[in-house]
Amino acid sequence: MQKKMTFNLLVWRQANAESPGKLVPYTAKDISPDMSFLEMLDVVNEDLLKRGEDPIEFDSDCREGICGSCGMVINGIAHGPLRATAACQLHMRHFKDGDTITIEPFRASTFPIIKDLVVNRSALDRIIAAGGYISVNVGGAPDANTILVPKENADRAMDSASCIACGACVAACPNASAALFTAAKITHLALLPQGHPERKRRVIRMVQQMDAEGFGDCSNYAECEAVCPKSISISNIAKMRREYLKAILDLSK
Amino acid sequence: MISVKSSTPSVLKTSIIKKVITGLTGLGLFIFIIFHLLGNLLLFNEDPAPYNKYSHTLVSLGWILIALELGLLAFFILHIIYAISIRLSGKKARPVGYYKLKSAGKPGRKTIASTNMLITGVVILVFTVLHLKTFKFGPEYKTVVDGIEMRDLHRLVVEVFQKPGYVIWYVAAMIFLGYHLSFGFWSAFQSLGIHHPRWTPALYTLGYVLAILLAAGYIGIPIWIYFMGGTQ
Repeated sequence: MQKKMTFNLLVWRQANAESPGKLVPYTAKDISPDMSFLEMLDVVNEDLLKRGEDPIEFDSDCREGICGSCGMVINGIAHGPLRATAACQLHMRHFKDGDTITIEPFRASTFPIIKDLVVNRSALDRIIAAGGYISVNVGGAPDANTILVPKENADRAMDSASCIACGACVAACPNASAALFTAAKITHLALLPQGHPERKRRVIRMVQQMDAEGFGDCSNYAECEAVCPKSISISNIAKMRREYLKAILDLSK
Repeated sequence: MISVKSSTPSVLKTSIIKKVITGLTGLGLFIFIIFHLLGNLLLFNEDPAPYNKYSHTLVSLGWILIALELGLLAFFILHIIYAISIRLSGKKARPVGYYKLKSAGKPGRKTIASTNMLITGVVILVFTVLHLKTFKFGPEYKTVVDGIEMRDLHRLVVEVFQKPGYVIWYVAAMIFLGYHLSFGFWSAFQSLGIHHPRWTPALYTLGYVLAILLAAGYIGIPIWIYFMGGTQ
C-alpha cells in the first residue's frame, strides 16, 4: 500500500471579479503521491461537494500539458516548483507530506478573475486575432515539399510554436508583461515562409494590441522563461524587437 | 496597403521602442562611464599636472564638449523617463500583488541587481547631481602648467576626498552603480533585440566583469586619495 499524503492548502477564493477575495485554508487528505496537482484539487473538491460547500473553481482541459488551460500560482511560482511543467503535469510526489501549499490565480489587470483560480485570458486571444494568422488559399492542400523550409528554421519555429498560451509568462513577470507570449507567436510565423505575407503588419499590430490591452512592459527579468511550461526562450523577445524595428523602419519609407 | 499609418505617430510610446531607447541610452551612458574612468585614472598619479592638463584639454574643446555634454544629458533624461515609464506600466498591470511570490530561478534573471534597477538608478541620479555640483560647478582654483593658466581641478578633488563622509557616500554610490551596470549591460543588448545562444551568456558574464572593474576603479580613486592625497 502506497503511503498517502496530507497537505495544508491556502487557496484563493473569490466569488467574481467584483467581490474581494481571500486565502482560505483547506486540508487535502488521502492524497496519492502519483496524483497530479489538479487531481489533488479534485479530491479536495469532492470533499467540499460532499459537505455541500462551493468547490474550488480552476481551469483544466487536456491534463497532459498541451492545452494551456490550467494555470495557477503554486507557492509563489506560476505552474509550481517544477521546471518546464504545467500545473496538470506537476505531481504531488514533488511536495513533502504535510507541506503548506499556497494557491493563487494568475494576477494581472489584463487577466480579470472570473472565479477563484479561473482568470479571463481573452486578452491573449485578442493579440492573436490582431495578427497571429497566415494567408491560406482555399482548395486542396499543396504538396508538403512545394514550400521549402530550412531544417534549423523549422526547429526554431517549432520551439516558438510550442507556446500553449497559458499566460504563466504574464503571471510571473514582475511587470505582468505579455512580451514572451506575443514574441513566441511572432517568431514562430516570422521564421516560416507561410508567415511572410503578413510579416510586417503582424508584428506591428500584435505589439499594438499587446500594449492596448494594458500588459506591462518587459524589463528583461526572464522570469517568464523560467516558469514557461514549454521553456520558451527570451530570445523570442529579442527577435520580436528586431522584427518590430525592421517593420517600422521599412514602413516609414 | 494596410492601415498601419495610424500606428506610426504613437510608435515612440510602444513597449518595444521604449525598450530600444532605454537600451540605446543605457549603452551610451555605459560608454561614457568607461571613458570617464579612464580619464580620471590620472588621479592615481601624484603629480597634479597631467590630470589638470587632461581636464584643461577637455574644457578647451569648447562647443564640441558642450554638444557632448548636452547629448549626455539628453541620454540621461531619456533613460530615466523611459525606465520609470516601463516600471510604472508594470505597477499598473498588476494592481493586486501575490500573497506568496518566489523566483523560479534560472534561466530567470531576477536578481538583487535586476529587481532594484530603479532604486540603484535613483541613487546614481542623486549622486550625479551632487557630483556635478561638487566638481564641475565647484570652486575654481587656478594653477599654471607649462606656462598656461588653468583650473586646478586636482586640488579640488584632493580636498573633497579628504572628507571621510564624502568618501563613504562616494564609495556607496559606486557600489549601487556597479549593481546597476551588472544587469544593465546585458539588458541593453536584449532590449535592442540582440540575442545569441552562444554570445548572450558571455555578454551577461562580461556585464558583471565590466561592472566590477568600473565600480572598483571608481571606488579606488577616493580611497587612494583619502589615504595618499593628504601627504602632499
